[in-house]
Amino acid sequence: MSDHDSHKLSFVQRYIFSQDHKVIGIQYAITALCFMFLGLVLMMLMRWQLAYPGADDPSIPIFGKLLKNALPGGKLTPELYNSLGAMHGTIMVFLGVVPLAVGAFGNYLVPLQVGAGDMAFPKLNMSSYWAFFIGGVVMLSSFLMPGGAANSGWTSYPPMADIAQGGLSAQFSTRLLSGQSFWLIGMVFLISSSLLGSINTIVTIIQLRVKGLTFMRLPFMVWAQLVTAFLLLLAFPPLEAAGLMQLADRLVGSNFFLPAGLVVTGEAVGRVGGGSPLLWQHLFWFLAHPEVYVLILPAMGIVAEIIANNTRKPLRGYKSMVYSILFLGFMSFIVWAHHMFLTDMGTVISAFFQTTTMIISIPSVVVITAMVLSLWGGSIRFTTPMLFALAFLPMFGIGGLTGLPLGLAATDVHLHDTYYVIGHFHYVVAPGTILALFGGIYYWFPKATGRKMSDVLGRIHFWPTLICLNVIFFPMFIQGMAGVSRRLFDGGATYTHAQPVMWTNKVMMMGAWTLALVQIPFIFNFFWSIRHGRKVGPNPWEATTLEWAAPSPPIPHGNFETPPVVYRDAYAYSQPGCAKDYLPQNEPEVG
Amino acid sequence: MSELIPYIDRERPDTGLTNAKLGIWLFIASEIMLFGAFFSSYIFLRVGAPDWKTFAYGLTDPAAIHAPAAHDDHTDHATENASTADTPAKALATPTHISSPLHASIPMATINTIVLITSSITMVMAWASLVLKQLGRFRLYMSATILLGLLFLCIKYTEYSAKLAHGLTPGMSPLMGMYWVMTGLHVVHVIGGLVVNLYLLIPGSRMWKTNPEQFTGRIEVAGLYWHFVDLVWIFLFPTLYLL
Repeated sequence: MSDHDSHKLSFVQRYIFSQDHKVIGIQYAITALCFMFLGLVLMMLMRWQLAYPGADDPSIPIFGKLLKNALPGGKLTPELYNSLGAMHGTIMVFLGVVPLAVGAFGNYLVPLQVGAGDMAFPKLNMSSYWAFFIGGVVMLSSFLMPGGAANSGWTSYPPMADIAQGGLSAQFSTRLLSGQSFWLIGMVFLISSSLLGSINTIVTIIQLRVKGLTFMRLPFMVWAQLVTAFLLLLAFPPLEAAGLMQLADRLVGSNFFLPAGLVVTGEAVGRVGGGSPLLWQHLFWFLAHPEVYVLILPAMGIVAEIIANNTRKPLRGYKSMVYSILFLGFMSFIVWAHHMFLTDMGTVISAFFQTTTMIISIPSVVVITAMVLSLWGGSIRFTTPMLFALAFLPMFGIGGLTGLPLGLAATDVHLHDTYYVIGHFHYVVAPGTILALFGGIYYWFPKATGRKMSDVLGRIHFWPTLICLNVIFFPMFIQGMAGVSRRLFDGGATYTHAQPVMWTNKVMMMGAWTLALVQIPFIFNFFWSIRHGRKVGPNPWEATTLEWAAPSPPIPHGNFETPPVVYRDAYAYSQPGCAKDYLPQNEPEVG
Repeated sequence: MSELIPYIDRERPDTGLTNAKLGIWLFIASEIMLFGAFFSSYIFLRVGAPDWKTFAYGLTDPAAIHAPAAHDDHTDHATENASTADTPAKALATPTHISSPLHASIPMATINTIVLITSSITMVMAWASLVLKQLGRFRLYMSATILLGLLFLCIKYTEYSAKLAHGLTPGMSPLMGMYWVMTGLHVVHVIGGLVVNLYLLIPGSRMWKTNPEQFTGRIEVAGLYWHFVDLVWIFLFPTLYLL
């Protein structure tokens, strides 16, 4: 297809069932941002409940009146609280952050950064988006099922998830039309979408690199997306298998995850059993630990691009960063059982997994250290994307360091299933990855639209967001070390040991509601700048990588006017003997 | 204006691969992880089961959980087993030996193994015919591949019907659960392969006139997938039926 054809495409072909990687990337971005906001709203409701657990406490403002049927008396029911907990996790991880980090940034940037006209398989790319979309619709429709959305946690641990919401009912329709079954069906769609997308990304990077773009000249972002795609490709299928098995347990009466002689509320379940709940945990965490790196690697990629550009110097230790994430990708497949120290899998296995867990922290530290060292001696421009990238470093640092006590079996005994765990992984994903993703949106917005987002609004968005995220998540460490369980509907009000830290529930609630409020400048900025932002040229940040060699926005179906040729490394900033302080990868040597 | 996406019909010199061939190998890698998860689950559940009888026939009596496990799977437990002959599955166990509930299907599964391996051979012949520029022979071999695939499904259907007629449902025992999901997923893969092959035989073969290299590449890629599906069966057959 030549680029002349694109003028003949109908509106539907151009914007809805588009095969252009840029349109698909933007579709992913907007869908994922909507889901992330929904995930935040669910959390606001839950935080209100935790701050005001009593029957006489104030009811939920705004939503209490809007959703009268779902919220009797303006309060959450315990069942709905469980559903919101499960769905918040599912939505944020599988429908929000991964689609944004991998679907949106990967799709939009990988072909541009390797100098390609599109992804290797454009039709497959379109199918991945629509599989993701259907998965999202199935997940959302589960809220309308009798018994509400899935309520067995985002991890769907059996036997609870097997039998929850009519899983043992005699009626097939009752078993099928339930939140948990819909959760599983939705996951199968989301997993298939990720698999197709990851194949596309890998083939694009390996096959479509333009002339001169050797592997060690790839931008770090492309490396991060490559390792991420391999993790998705190899780690997701076991969860697909597990999901199909749990679906079989619920729909056709198999017993993969039901132990023999299971008794629920004093009654025998009446199944043959012989299955193992531990099997689900193994299969689930075989995906879900690599998934953590799926969440963090693209963020590292974005931050590396922004830091190199805004310090005006090459990344320090680019090669060691690349080797580190390759090692990290490999190691992430052999750490999964550190989520299972408190099961009966045995101390020998625990010892193995805590050792690998300590080892995997090393490559992350190498990457973060390299980025911090890159700041040294740079003439830093504090642009809006740079603020987000700089905030990522300490936030991810806190998230990573607080993970060490969880990775050691002995200390994990105390911390397991407390709010400490929630604090730890949210520091990695929320103030870590999500801040980086915001930075990425501000950074590449001019490429996608030809206009810059407002810097003033960007700062009004950045500072309160950073503060709110810390106000929400830091108290979780305090609660967790005091021993407050993560799964309490009343936030610990009925536990003596939780009393000294109960006040933090109100602090976290205020943080969560304020966080939603301070996203308004971002949402406004995003839509306003599409039409009214300051017009900029193709390379407003004076960057070196190939996406900035294309027009802004890049040409539909083709990106570049002529295929670029690469002459040098990705980050040739402040090169000696150069008139300007950056040398784009595609500019021939001067002099 | 150069082509939008290169290396569709020719190999990239430094990787020696077309896009589609790299893509299918990556897809097969992820499929190995998918079936690998099922094989691992089979091992996990079988090793975790107290004895073969429980694994293959399920435990109908909860009180027996704490009963001492059998020392030898092949000693004579079938008589006590047969005493609770309320489940039809028990009838399949011979009086002196607890065999697998799937042993009755070994002849059919053996025929199916031969059918699928033959179809892999005809698939290679279809591709080789295209390399030799013989479209007629390609059509012949591709049709044979599809017919053999359909024969596999017919035999499988007979086998499934017999299983259901004897009450060998997924809920009967961990072994039967694994049998249904593993062979079921494999059948889905066979159907997928048949759809692709049928497309390539009839509407897809028009590409032979416009771009024979790309068409030959497509047949090769479809063949790689078909061989993979065949290979999965070659692992499923001994694991489920013979053990």
